[in-house]
Amino acid sequence: MSKSSFASRTYRDDAVVLRTHKLGEADRIITLLTRRHGQVRAVAKGVRRTSSKFGARLEPFMVADLQLVSGRTLDIVTQAVSIGSYGEGIVADYTRYTVAAAMTETAERLTDVDGESATAQFLLLVGALASLSRGDHAPELILDSYLLRALATGGWAPSFTDCARCGAPGPHGAFSAPLGGAVCHDCRPPGSPAPARETMLLLAALLSGNWQVADSSDPQHRKESAGLVASYLQWHLERAVRSLKHVERV
Amino acid sequence: MYEGAVQELIDELGRLPGIGPKSAQRLAFHILEADAEDMKKLVTAITTVKERVKFCSICGNVSEQETCSICRDPRRDPTMICVVEESKDVQAVERTRSFRGRYHVLGGAINPIAGIGPEQLRIRELLNRLSDGQIEEIIIATDPNLEGEATATYLARMLKTIGVTVTRLASGLPVGGDLEYADEVTLGRAFEGRRHLS
Repeated sequence: MSKSSFASRTYRDDAVVLRTHKLGEADRIITLLTRRHGQVRAVAKGVRRTSSKFGARLEPFMVADLQLVSGRTLDIVTQAVSIGSYGEGIVADYTRYTVAAAMTETAERLTDVDGESATAQFLLLVGALASLSRGDHAPELILDSYLLRALATGGWAPSFTDCARCGAPGPHGAFSAPLGGAVCHDCRPPGSPAPARETMLLLAALLSGNWQVADSSDPQHRKESAGLVASYLQWHLERAVRSLKHVERV
Repeated sequence: MYEGAVQELIDELGRLPGIGPKSAQRLAFHILEADAEDMKKLVTAITTVKERVKFCSICGNVSEQETCSICRDPRRDPTMICVVEESKDVQAVERTRSFRGRYHVLGGAINPIAGIGPEQLRIRELLNRLSDGQIEEIIIATDPNLEGEATATYLARMLKTIGVTVTRLASGLPVGGDLEYADEVTLGRAFEGRRHLS
C-alpha cells in the first residue's frame, strides 16, 4: 500500500471511550463516541500489555485526542493523548461507576441510531462524566439529567409541564412515556401513572439543568422520577439498558 | 464447502476464540496430515480435561480434585487471601514466588454493560470464607483496568465493616518502559505509591 493512501485514511478526533472488548491475545476493540465522526469502533493493538504506550488512555470514561486509521470494518488507533481522565474519580466510588456505565451504554445506543447529533451527544456525555468525577451532585441526579438531555438531543424531548399530546398548559398530574411526558386529563391514556407534583418539578429541573431545585429534592421524589426516566428511556430506545438495573440508588 | 467430516471439523474449530474461518481451515488440514498418534493424544487431552477438571469448592481455582493443591497445602499461610479475577491470574501470581497465602477466584470483574454485577461473581463465597475469623488480610489483585478497579472498590467497601485488613496491589510504571510514554493515570499512581530509598 502506498504512503499517500495510508495518510489519506488517517484522521484525528477527540473521543470518549464508551466500552471495550477483548480481542485476540493482547488487543482490544474500543467503542468510541467522537466529536466529529460519531460512533467509531477501533482496534487498539497491544493495549492489554503492561508495556503498552496507550496505558490507561483507552479505558472506559476517558476522553482523549486520538489519531486513527480507517479500516474496512474496524479502524485502528495509532496515537492517543489524554484530554480528561475521569475514570479515576468515577471508579473510586462504586455508585458513580454504575451510573457512568449506564450513561455510556445509553450513549452507545443513542449514537448507534442517530449519528447526526453526535457532537452534541459527545459534549453532553463529557460534561456528565466530568461532573460525576468531581462529585458536583448526587450521582443518580446526574444520571437522570443526562438520560433526559441525551434523549432530548436525540429527538425525543419530553415535556414535563405542558401536555405532550395537545399542548395544553400545565402542570398536569399524569405521565405517559409513549405520548412524551406529562399529559392532561383529556389525553391521559388509561393506566398512566400519576406522579407527585414535586416529582414533575424535579423532572423539569433535571431536563433544564436547574440544579438548585434538583439538589434540594426529597429522596422519595428522586426515586419516583428515576422510575419514570427509566420507563421513558426504555420505551424510546425499544431495548432495555442493561446497566440501569445495576445502578446503586441511595 | 468441504465434504462431511472435514467441514464439521472446520466448523467446530472456527467456534474457538480467536480462530477465524481461514485459521480453522488451516488447523483442520494440519490435523488431517498430522501423525495419527499425535492427534489421539490431543483428543485424549481434551476429553480428560473436560472429564476430570472442575473448580475448587473453596477458592474457585481449576482443580482435578474437590479442592485445589493450594487449598490442600498445609504450608500455605491461612491468614492471607489473594483475590483474583480468573484462574490464569493465580498462575501469574504463583510465578512471582512472593506470595505464600491462599487465593480466591471471583470468576470475572463487575461490568454492568456486559450484565455482570456483584451477584454474578463469587463474592458471597469469599464472605463465607471470612466467617471462621482465621483470615487477617485480603489482597485484592483484580486487573488494573477500570472494571478491576471498580470490583476492588466494591470489595473494599464491603470488607471494611468485617474488620480484616484489605490491601490492593500497587500499580505504577512497568519495568523496561520510558517515563515519557507513561500516561497520566499510571504516572500519577506511581507518584502516589513512591517508596523511600534511604
